[in-house]
Formats: sequence, structure tokens, C-alpha cells
Amino acid sequence: MNNETLLMAIDTYMVKTTCSNVDAYGMLNVNINHTELLGLIEELKTKHGFIYLTDICASHYPEKKGIEFEVVYHLHNLVGNQRVRIKVALPESNLDIPTLTGLFVGANWMERETFDFYGINFTGHPDLRRILNMDDMDYHPLRKQYALEDETRTDKNDTFFGR
Amino acid sequence: MVKTVEAPDGVEGQGFFATSLDKVIGLARSNSIWPLPFATSCCGIEFMATMGANYDLARFGSERLAFTPRQTDLLMVMGTISKKMAPVLKQVYDQMAEPKWVLSVGACACSGGIFDTYSVLQGIDKVIPVDVYVPGCPPRPEQIIEGLMKIQELAKNESLRRRDSDEYFKMLESYNIEPADKKV
Repeated sequence: MNNETLLMAIDTYMVKTTCSNVDAYGMLNVNINHTELLGLIEELKTKHGFIYLTDICASHYPEKKGIEFEVVYHLHNLVGNQRVRIKVALPESNLDIPTLTGLFVGANWMERETFDFYGINFTGHPDLRRILNMDDMDYHPLRKQYALEDETRTDKNDTFFGR
Repeated sequence: MVKTVEAPDGVEGQGFFATSLDKVIGLARSNSIWPLPFATSCCGIEFMATMGANYDLARFGSERLAFTPRQTDLLMVMGTISKKMAPVLKQVYDQMAEPKWVLSVGACACSGGIFDTYSVLQGIDKVIPVDVYVPGCPPRPEQIIEGLMKIQELAKNESLRRRDSDEYFKMLESYNIEPADKKV
């Protein structure tokens, strides 16, 4: 199955398609709504052999009003060696998205990591708490409104480093 | 030929040698430092070279590494310490018995190094007191050895009452560390 036939299958599955699809570097890219996520991924897993969830990650675009956050899912069909990327845009005011832990057990820690760094709320997740950063951190560090540098740094207060 | 350390100043005669107790204890402590290597990254690799036959830290009486804080005198922190690791490091320091020293090896342990970022502790002296800093990214084994020799100097010349002084307790208090064997 190549990207075109896969896209046709996805379009057939999603009756009212909201897909805007870009064939990026040989990999099919599907943009969907968060309500369609679970159904589409289950369809891909059970009917099209995408049995491997490679990664879940997110990105933050503060300048895109209404779609500030984007959650990205990578799936892999191991038999056909085909990959697909599914993107779900979310507004900053509502970061709820259904969990994939019912379909892929491995999604558990990936979703915890995405929550840790971006604050995406995976509804239905069994144990949504921080996984990499320290437990008492009170913000989501990869959001762009936070400075990368650490405020407790003390040896850079000179003109050479501009701090 | 076995190389021994020089005797401290004292009065020598036939069949006896007299000197002060703190000099003898300083001599013993400084030449039998047991290090605890707390190695987290590339500085730890340099430390492995330091322990190896070419550089041979054992020449300084430190051949007995221990991976238990309760039996060691010197905490050698080598590598980046993340903020999540900081409580662990502090607990390791807490578990060491007095007298204890801390050697901070490399830019990351000393100041955070290049990792000026949200997840990294900006120098271990934010959580535990440090005796000697070794700069470098990573420092060469010679530098680590020099750091250990500075620790030896500290151990040799330290007053026996230093660890019971109010000044020392205040210093520990500033790090929120309970003195382990404070006299009641």
C-alpha cells in the first residue's frame, strides 16, 4: 500500500473528511480533529496493519491563535514498512485529547512525557503525572512563553554573556 | 622501594618520636581518603582514567573506592547533576560520616556548565557544601589529581575541632543539613 491508497482508505473511513494532507518527505501526513483520533487510529491498527506506535510528541505555536498546540502521533506498519504521521491541533483554552492507552500500552509513558513538557491533558489516562522533570516543577517547560535559561544561574552576570 | 609520606614536625630520639595529635591524625586522614565516585557523565570517564594504572589515584592513598556513602570520606561529584538528581546527591552527602569532604569535578558540577537550562542544577553548591572545585570540560586526570591533592592539604591541616564549631554548624544549617553527630 502506498501513500495514495492509504490516503484514499482514510478518506473513505472518515465520511466527512477534515483532512488536509501533505506528502512530506515520502511520509503521509494527516491532520484531523481530536474527536476523530481514537476511531482513525483504531482503524489504522486493526485494518491496515499499523500495529506500532513509534512516538507521541507535541509542539507549541504561540502565534497561531486558536490552534496553539499540536499533538503528533507516528505510526508504523512493520510488515509493509510504511509510516504515517497524524497531527491534532488543539487550542490553548482546551487541551483535552483522548488517551491511546486503550489501543497501545506503550502510549502510557509517551503521553506522560507530552503532558510533562506541554501540559496536554490526555483524558482517560490511568496515571497522568510528570515522568521526566522533577515532581514539584510548576510549569510545562517546553512551552515557548518560558525562558530556556535557568533563573538560578549565578556565573553569567557579566557583559560577555549578556545576562 | 616503598615510598612513604614524610613525618610531621616533632621531637625525635632513639626509640621514640613525639608530635601533636592533630598532626598525626591529619597525616593519617589525608593519606587514606576513601572516595565515593558520584559519576554521571563524561567527567566520570576522566575519573576512570584517573583511577587507572597510567594516572593511578592509589598513589595518594585513595585506592579504596567505595560505592557506599557510609564508609567514605570524600564525595567526588563528576558530571551534570539534574534537578531531579539533587535530592539524591544531598541524601548521599547526608549519609556520609564526619569528617567528610566534597570535590566538585568539571564545569557542570561546579556551575551547571553549558547546561544553562530548566532541568539542570546550576552547580552542586546549591544543595551541598563544596571544598574544592576542579574546572574543565571535562578536566584532565592531572587536574582531578590536583583537586584530590588540595583535599589532602585540607584534611592534613584541618583543626580537629572544626567539625564541632558553631561556624561549621551554621554552614550546614545554611544548606538545611542536620549535623550528623552534633554534640547534645
